Amino acid sequence: MTSHQLARTVEEVDTVVIRFAGDSGDGMQLVGDQFTSTSALMGDDVATLPDYPAEIRAPAGTIGGVSGFQVCFGTSDVFTPGDSLDFLVAMNPAALRANMPFLKSGSTVIVNEDAFIARNIEKAGYAADPLETGELNTFKLLRVPMVKATQEALGAGGLSAKQVDRCKNFFALGLSYWLFNRDIKQTQRWIIKKFSNKPDVLEANQRAFEAGLQYGKDGKLQNHTYATRAKATPRGAGVYRQVSGNTATAYGLLAAAKRANLPLFLGSYPITPATDIMQVLQQNKEFCNVLQAEDEIAGIGSAIGAAFGGALAATSTSGPGFSLKAEFINLAVMTELPLVIVDVQRAGPSTGLPTKTEQSDLLQALFGRHGESPLAVVAASSPRDCFDATIEAARIALKYMTPVVLLTDGYLGNGSEVWRVPELDELPVLKTHLVTNPEGFKPYSRDPETLARPWAAVGTPGLEHRIGGLEKEDGSGNISHNPANHQRMTDLRAAKIEKIAQDIAPTEVYGDADADLLVLGWGSTRGVIEQAIGHVRKRGHKVAGAHLRHMNPLPPDLKALMQKYKRVLLPEINSGQLAYHLRGKYLVDVVQFNKVEGQPFRADDIEAKIESLV
Amino acid sequence: MTIVPTANLGLKRQDFLSSIDPKWCAGCGCYSVLRWLTGTFPTMNLPREKFAVISGIGCSSRTPYYVGTYGFHTVHGRAMTVATGLKLSRPDLSVWVMTGDGDALSIGGNHFIHMIRRNPNIKVILFNNQIYGLTKGQASPTTSKGKKTKSTPYGSIDPPIRPLSMAIAAGATFAARVADTDGQLMADILQQAADHKGAAFVEVLLNCVIFNDGTFSHLTEKAVKADTTVTLKDKEPLIFGNGKDRIVTIDGFRPQVEAYVPGSPLPDNALVHDVAVEDSSLAFLLSNMEHPDLPVPVGVFRKVQQTAYDDHYAPKGGDLMRVFRGSEAWMEDAQGHISLLGAQVAAASAA
Repeated sequence: MTSHQLARTVEEVDTVVIRFAGDSGDGMQLVGDQFTSTSALMGDDVATLPDYPAEIRAPAGTIGGVSGFQVCFGTSDVFTPGDSLDFLVAMNPAALRANMPFLKSGSTVIVNEDAFIARNIEKAGYAADPLETGELNTFKLLRVPMVKATQEALGAGGLSAKQVDRCKNFFALGLSYWLFNRDIKQTQRWIIKKFSNKPDVLEANQRAFEAGLQYGKDGKLQNHTYATRAKATPRGAGVYRQVSGNTATAYGLLAAAKRANLPLFLGSYPITPATDIMQVLQQNKEFCNVLQAEDEIAGIGSAIGAAFGGALAATSTSGPGFSLKAEFINLAVMTELPLVIVDVQRAGPSTGLPTKTEQSDLLQALFGRHGESPLAVVAASSPRDCFDATIEAARIALKYMTPVVLLTDGYLGNGSEVWRVPELDELPVLKTHLVTNPEGFKPYSRDPETLARPWAAVGTPGLEHRIGGLEKEDGSGNISHNPANHQRMTDLRAAKIEKIAQDIAPTEVYGDADADLLVLGWGSTRGVIEQAIGHVRKRGHKVAGAHLRHMNPLPPDLKALMQKYKRVLLPEINSGQLAYHLRGKYLVDVVQFNKVEGQPFRADDIEAKIESLV
Repeated sequence: MTIVPTANLGLKRQDFLSSIDPKWCAGCGCYSVLRWLTGTFPTMNLPREKFAVISGIGCSSRTPYYVGTYGFHTVHGRAMTVATGLKLSRPDLSVWVMTGDGDALSIGGNHFIHMIRRNPNIKVILFNNQIYGLTKGQASPTTSKGKKTKSTPYGSIDPPIRPLSMAIAAGATFAARVADTDGQLMADILQQAADHKGAAFVEVLLNCVIFNDGTFSHLTEKAVKADTTVTLKDKEPLIFGNGKDRIVTIDGFRPQVEAYVPGSPLPDNALVHDVAVEDSSLAFLLSNMEHPDLPVPVGVFRKVQQTAYDDHYAPKGGDLMRVFRGSEAWMEDAQGHISLLGAQVAAASAA
């Protein structure tokens, strides 16, 4: 623990949910990032929810321009970034107003009171100053003159008033560090590194950060501080870091290529919220080839070309781009080339809510192409699970010579949590169907175990052959218009995907296996469902939970598992896509629980639903 | 790992034909491209497996099936994306794209522009027959204005695209044009394209015997071709005509035709070709010369040396664990004690 606190009392807490909110230009994401990495480094578990507008800098002071970063930190029960806020740091009236729905009775609201001037109050849509009207009476309101205090700390230096104002986020960060007894060293180092080429800004930020700390130490905020309790059970020995879902996905691709002993190729096009995957790989060009393509179609086209040449190939996108790639995905289905297609789902249809999350591309992933076009679909369940899910997608692609859709979403992609960094040799070795022997080579012969065809990469002597989108003759791969052959090939393509089920482990049931109610989930709802089940069980109800990684093929035991329970509750951040699919496939009913607000589920919503069913 | 030619392998044209007989219409210009393409490959001293022929959709795009190398018949308009990914991933390969006027300039127009501007070491042959052949005769982006086709029964109202102008505007480092009937020039141009380090774009004026027969006959018929075309030669003036008695001169930015006495001194305003000039204005001007006011240039319009895109791609590998750990990882022991990793400790002590 740190040595700087002078507070009279330190209150021990298990878990805290705090949100930093301000204008898009106020540096709230930076504050949240620093607060989170420091907390993680102090041994806390963390789960984050960056919540930012689609506009880069919407008019300052307006609700539309509010950018927030929510983090849940602590030593137990950290499954999600949290339903409602224990603490809100609001840099202006709009940030306060936009986050009112997330406050609960007794929440602490720390406001930058300097921003509560008539113009800002009006811009936020308040009729009168909310700090004065009494509407915050149910909360613990702490008013801090952040701008004045920052100005005071910086003195009459060489910085403009605007530059000084831009340091106030570091003041807020410093104050928060004092309030929660965070270790300041990590952030001090970070500031030095980040601003090393701008000495005046470096010094200003250091002083603002120190001033925030000092403001707390001087007892100007309140008299007591908080500290998270030490963990009951340590995380286990190992190397840890904080990781976002998109970074974990990019690392998963790097790891998969390494473990398959293949070069990695990513063809991609910038699209929110998937762009980071491409950017992380671009930063690591010594390990992979990345093409920022001219459009979404070229992204996947280039990846298919790389796959033809023997690379582990991938393309990353979100909903609108996923639609554009559909024709090319079918080429990969027809030519049976390995390919990973990452869809970081966002709220649709059309441009929808680009920065908000949704699970609404499932049916598109399963069925959204012309013709009979089966492929494998896997879903990641948490930011760090994106790493493992990506490796699993690559494993299936290489073992079964098929395109695989990996579904993550904006919540996973941008959210982050603590990740134990595995050693490479802990990861599975990925086998390929690369061939070099010309004897008896047929491009569309089948491996009996997997029904995969051989992978004859361009450049392999003696295996020159032609592939394409026209229907193939079974075995030879020559063009064939034969009716019986088309039936056979259609069946073979479907049977090959079904074969993947042989690799799927029995579905793990957590909670009370003998309950009457099974809560089934898939993808990013894992944390919140598990948390809700935990809470309901603590209240004495029996509930079982199961979570799907493989969306196609589904686990072979799923139908029987669903039939074992009196009722199956299926929460999804869509209008019931998996429910629709399961009913059609198994003729087994489920109780749907759906929400499409562009936000992750709240645990208490799911708890209420569960309690209505037990 | 770029393309490394071996010693003469003794391969012949026949070695580059697949076992499948072409199914183009009798008399189709596509046969000519196949003939000269497979004639070029043996000269490159690369084994067959080092070639990849990539196509989109259309008559032109059937070519890979007839070439005995690796081949990929992809989706409509997108061959250049597949070729780009393949080439970036495998710079050791000789990658050739077969495309048509609809494939490259309409549905694939975006990819055409961007592949050309990136300048990967990929060769593109555009089979320009000014018509959609495989869908049986609709107007294409290069169909002449006023042309009646099945989709333009009252005559096309769309101004046609000039493929070479587009390529040059996109920054083509190699751009050439040849008629399907001119085997000797095609052999020469394909050879130069093969040798070029960077993207090479070759427009072939190609006759569709079924849906657009004779569309280029004013440029290819023996009786008129000397008067209606001019063969570009580097560092030489544009002299043409049956008696070599006409010359292209320039008036401001406007090319024009003047009478010329063979062997006499060149007029001061004679247009003299230069394939290697960095500025692409001359090549662009040449690409705008059209029948009947001016002779239509054939040959190499532009050939300049710039870094090939794939030369930027050379992953060397390294310690992946350093990437995964990043700069902010820490170590925890079984009791939950946290210690910083080496890099951080160093940074911390430096601070």
